[in-house]
Amino acid sequence: MRASETLASGRPAGLLRRFRRRPAAVASLCVLVAIGALCLAAPLVARLLGTDPEAIDLLGRFRPPSLAHPLGTDELGRDVLVRLLYGGRISLLVGLGGALVASAIGVVIGILAGWRGGLFDRLVMRVTDAVIALPLLPLLIVLAAVDLAKLGLPAELAGGAAASVLRIMVIVALFGWTTVARLTRAATLSIKNREFVLAARALGAPPRRILRAHILPNVAAPVVVATTLSVGNVILAESVLSFLGLGIQPPLASWGTMLTNAQELIFGAPALALWPGLLIFVTVLTFNLMGDGLQEALDPRQSRHR
Amino acid sequence: MSRLLLRRGIETLLVLLVMSFLIYALIGLMPGDPIDLMLSADPRFTTADAARLKALYGLDRPLLERYLRWLQRALAGDFGYSRLYGQPVFAVIWPRLLNTLLLMGASLLLALLIGIPAGILAALRPRGLLDTLVNLLAFAGFSVPSFWLSLMLIVLFAVTLGWLPAGGVASVGDGGFLDRLTYLVLPVAALTLLTAGTFLRFVRASMLEALEEDHIRTARAKGCGTARVVLLHALPNAMIPVVTVVALHFGSLLSGALVVETVFSYLGMGKLIYDAILGNDYNLALAALLLGTALTLLANLAADIVYLELDPRIHESL
Repeated sequence: MRASETLASGRPAGLLRRFRRRPAAVASLCVLVAIGALCLAAPLVARLLGTDPEAIDLLGRFRPPSLAHPLGTDELGRDVLVRLLYGGRISLLVGLGGALVASAIGVVIGILAGWRGGLFDRLVMRVTDAVIALPLLPLLIVLAAVDLAKLGLPAELAGGAAASVLRIMVIVALFGWTTVARLTRAATLSIKNREFVLAARALGAPPRRILRAHILPNVAAPVVVATTLSVGNVILAESVLSFLGLGIQPPLASWGTMLTNAQELIFGAPALALWPGLLIFVTVLTFNLMGDGLQEALDPRQSRHR
Repeated sequence: MSRLLLRRGIETLLVLLVMSFLIYALIGLMPGDPIDLMLSADPRFTTADAARLKALYGLDRPLLERYLRWLQRALAGDFGYSRLYGQPVFAVIWPRLLNTLLLMGASLLLALLIGIPAGILAALRPRGLLDTLVNLLAFAGFSVPSFWLSLMLIVLFAVTLGWLPAGGVASVGDGGFLDRLTYLVLPVAALTLLTAGTFLRFVRASMLEALEEDHIRTARAKGCGTARVVLLHALPNAMIPVVTVVALHFGSLLSGALVVETVFSYLGMGKLIYDAILGNDYNLALAALLLGTALTLLANLAADIVYLELDPRIHESL
């Protein structure tokens, strides 16, 4: 229902203006851009500091913050700041990638369900209800523990570190498409009988054209909001799985994996547990605030309420 | 009404059945297999022995056949033995389930005690200072990584201040009520902080909607005071969707409990599921996961029933 109300939220200029009026959302965007830029510049930062992110220095473990190591060193003598930035690349990659894949699946399913209706529609809605109702994390853990080699995938493809990135994106996408599917379905349903769509049909436009020219643009707004909001959830899911040892595999690191070791060292080096978690927290929070701001900017009629 | 409930009940059972098959299949895809694990302890066994044993236990049969055999036994109440604990799985699960229900119940209660009043207060003056502050805290609540929040609570209260134990269920040699309570404080606090924000946002949104109804305007026009309007006229209506949300939240509460229990080494269902999966305890993982799913689905069914009871308008729309 919400989705149909966003229909009129038209022009980009007005959108930008309304978005700018939300200080929390604008601040979030700035913070996110800063975090993203720093993570992208990780190799540069490493070179500036003169450290190698992989180099193990057993004599320089648990160093306090200094000029050479702004956030100190970890249990293997690696620079914490540089590791954080490299970890952020993985976390952000998984977050954005996973959310985009999930949304793409959701859009396709939602449009098909809304457009065709009937049995397929009912089936899709039942499945989304069921997925939303399930205890997600235990199931994610089982999925993450699945041995891909048993499915007949070659071992190097199933077990590699790079594969763990792809795999976790697929896993979160498997459960993450439902919100977008619902929104898209609702929007499709509300548009498909509007006069301009009926006119297009009467003029003989093929369904593909109607979907592309009329349905997709009108579905875009709620999908963008839902995707933004889901990036945060995907990052959270990835970090939990990685923390539990089932997500990103070494030698790659994400913010979640950096916390795995930190738990055992919590009495000796509590600071190691602080930074990665703080970055996850800030990143997820800013994605959520930004999504919320976008939602209101796209949907001014609702924003009286919020 | 009863026909609707019957339909929802049958649907719930169907979903549970489908889930049991999916979970069974997924567990079978986890690394290793029970016979290999059993034999790896003894070098005298050969691959021929392993093959014979697999045939004996039917592990070489197709997936569907194995599942149906498992289902047949499960329906008769036989879920097999736990590999890690050497006991029938439900003998392992019950005490853990009680611990988890205690953790989840206490957190749920506290989260509601925080979320409902805060949500109402925030709704009274939308966009006011209090509203902004409360909303920001709510956003923080569902943006914070559960395991990190738990770790930070340990750092603060167990490492730095030394007030509370860092993990476990009870002290060795003690086990009295107060002792157990000290072990509950941090996990409950973590789970509460994770949940309260969601409830708060729902109460607020629902309250705002209720306050816009015509009968509220009428009451106000007749000179009804704010407290009376909010508590007597708006709150009952605003609570209806909240009841549903609480019940629908069972699954995510269980997910949160899994992480919190793991970090605090709290012996509940969540940690049990995690340990069973990592320890290749297939029977236990399967039964515990299914129980968690069943409980979640039941909570959803309960939400539907309560909703029907509370909001008669639903009958007309269904």
